[in-house]
Amino acid sequence: MSDNVLSGLAEIVEEVAGVAADDVTAEKSFVDDLDIDSLSMVEIAVQAEDKFGVKIPDDELANLKTVGDAVNYITSNK
Amino acid sequence: MSSDIDVVITGLGATTPLGGDVTSTWDALLAGRSGVRPLTHDWVEKYELPVKIASQLVVDPTEVLPRVEARRLDRSEQVAIVASRQAWQDAGHSDDTVDRQRLAVIIGTGIGGAITLLTQDDLLEQQGLRKVSPLTVPMLMPNGPAAHVGLELKAQAGVHAPVSACASGAEAIAWAYRMIKSGEADVVVAGGAEACITAIPVAGFSQARTMSTRNDEPEKASRPFDTGRDGFVLGEGAGIMVLERREFAEARGAKIYGRLAGIGTSADGYHITAPDPEGVGQSRAIAASLRSGGIDPSDVGHVNCHATSTPVGDVAETVAIRKAIGDHPVLTAPKGALGHLLGAAGAVEAIVTVLSIRDGVVPQTLNLENLDPAVSLDVVAGEPRKIKLDAAVNDSFGFGGHNVALAFTPA
Repeated sequence: MSDNVLSGLAEIVEEVAGVAADDVTAEKSFVDDLDIDSLSMVEIAVQAEDKFGVKIPDDELANLKTVGDAVNYITSNK
Repeated sequence: MSSDIDVVITGLGATTPLGGDVTSTWDALLAGRSGVRPLTHDWVEKYELPVKIASQLVVDPTEVLPRVEARRLDRSEQVAIVASRQAWQDAGHSDDTVDRQRLAVIIGTGIGGAITLLTQDDLLEQQGLRKVSPLTVPMLMPNGPAAHVGLELKAQAGVHAPVSACASGAEAIAWAYRMIKSGEADVVVAGGAEACITAIPVAGFSQARTMSTRNDEPEKASRPFDTGRDGFVLGEGAGIMVLERREFAEARGAKIYGRLAGIGTSADGYHITAPDPEGVGQSRAIAASLRSGGIDPSDVGHVNCHATSTPVGDVAETVAIRKAIGDHPVLTAPKGALGHLLGAAGAVEAIVTVLSIRDGVVPQTLNLENLDPAVSLDVVAGEPRKIKLDAAVNDSFGFGGHNVALAFTPA
């Protein structure tokens, strides 16, 4: 798993949802562990697209349950 | 509404161009300070707006709210949250002081999330759909301030958002009175919030020729009842009251600021923006507030006026006051200092009225130097006046011909 992608994603999550970047670790669920709602997930996805140069379509976004899911998706699609 | 239920005020909160809370606002009002300052935004020059002044918050809500919370809220919602937290705490409420199904929130706004609407429209135009925030709608909807406060307090008796232009804040308090009187709620958090100091509202009000253009003397621009008045000054802020059924408040040992004895509402049916110069609708609202409160007009010592510093409106209001109450009440117009907070005005000025009763002092009408001879009523000018009050009325009127009068009495 890419540490650069993880730390970059953690910065976005902190900016959008106020979760401390250190708490944004691979095994965490966006909804259940980090208390991020569906509206914030859209914001996070748009910022991640810009930051990493990937496309995250809505049907893919729905599958990104954990931070690790997102890091893997970004790493393999950028 | 002749129920035996008594409605009292137990908490106050505000953030205004005079101060970041109720105490600082009240002190600044009595000290004769003005909240009006030059507008420094680039859009003033860009669009060559004739109005270059506004009454702007002294404490920005983003200084008070956590960053992530603030970014999810329109400015009108931010000020509502700030003032509501103050009022809730002031009332001595906590998580278990009231059954949430007996708690309501009613917060009005005149314009709603205009700044969000415009900002997101710019993003759509310039950067496309992807850049539009998914929070756009909950940030721009006019029930947003009420909804966010209702959610924070988990209020479940009802969350409402009256929209009646510059009467919205007072209308919310009148609605709270009705809910408590009818037994629908024990506690209601009610008031108004407004934050729309941006290009299009200023341009629109300017084109309607309703705003002061005394740009070279900002602090003297808002001058209700003065012969030199030339329009209102746009302001921003929020005022929130906690109202309760008296027995409920007393049972939990709450301090009581005063009593909302009666309310009156009416509509002019006259013109979309101009007040009826005969003040018929306004006087009916005032008279109804006294009737519902069981108050004799001779007992009303003071009227906290809506007077916005427009040439026509200020005089029409005094005609209505004379009709409904007589020529004995002592008047003041807090907009001389505060500017016009639109949908928050009625709520902030209701708070001022309650404090006038509590402290026995009526603030001066700032900038009233030469009383319009058409007024011929006793308007406090120069310095505050000490006066014991048995009852006081707060007027609020809005574009659309909405009239609201709130009649307050001591605790």
